[in-house]
Amino acid sequence: MTKVKIYVTLRESVLDPQGSAVQGSLAKMGYNEVQDIRIGKYLEVVVGDTERDLDSLVKEMCEKLLANTVIEDYRYEVEEAN
Amino acid sequence: MKFAVLVFPGSNCDIDMYHAIKDELGEEVEYVWHDATDLSEFDGVLVPGGFSYGDYLRCGAMANQSNVMAEVKKFAEAGKPVLGVCNGFQILTEAGLLPGALLRNQNLKFMCRTVGLKVENNDTLFTNQYEAGQIINLPIAHGEGNYFCDDETLAELKANNRIVFTYSGENPNGSLEDIAGIMNERGNVLGMMPHPERAVEALLGSDDGLKIFKSIVKMWRESHVS
Repeated sequence: MTKVKIYVTLRESVLDPQGSAVQGSLAKMGYNEVQDIRIGKYLEVVVGDTERDLDSLVKEMCEKLLANTVIEDYRYEVEEAN
Repeated sequence: MKFAVLVFPGSNCDIDMYHAIKDELGEEVEYVWHDATDLSEFDGVLVPGGFSYGDYLRCGAMANQSNVMAEVKKFAEAGKPVLGVCNGFQILTEAGLLPGALLRNQNLKFMCRTVGLKVENNDTLFTNQYEAGQIINLPIAHGEGNYFCDDETLAELKANNRIVFTYSGENPNGSLEDIAGIMNERGNVLGMMPHPERAVEALLGSDDGLKIFKSIVKMWRESHVS
């Protein structure tokens, strides 16, 4: 069993009004050192036994469904579980 | 002319769409469930608004993986008319039938009101009953209607008159270049955030949406009935 941690984030070129709103709140609270906030998604995907190459499997799932590459980037980490 | 109104779990404008076709236009229409695998009996496909699959992950992302969307892609490739409204527009961008994506509204609010729209291109399968540059009023009801695409795509949309509707006056969602509706290169797939199916009776505020459906029927009649 393998745990894959997938991070989906808005591309740099895409404005993130949610992040801007949260940054605004933090600024009001006095955290003026915060320069930017980008909000994304975090997915934990547990993969069972497979004959597929894990990297190609994860990339395929990201490209087909988990991320919309028109507006989002994704990256992932693989964590071997016991 | 026979229309299919697609129904996904969470669709909620399907009945309005059905009503517009059946009662206002007097054309044939059927609901088609998301697991359908055959659209061959239909002449037009309407992808209605709502919150398909709860809008989980991304609006339209899961709906795009349903059986019927594979058929919609074939239907569009055959040059037949496909209209996606609101969530339907989001589904068509997720499906790659239309370029770009719909982001969260710039002000983060769900916007529900009637807006002015400019008919930017009236030489289309969907807008031939309108005057060029005509201003019409249609309701919007969305939280994620902020159209986005890259510069290259935008230039291409402009160069080929694929921007069909823009918001006139107020831009309710921060959409790029005030874009409210675009079509594919071939001109047989239109996606738009405003709801023409909710504006088909003057008694209920506006019948400005009716001409979209009338345009589709007119084009179909001209090519199928001699």
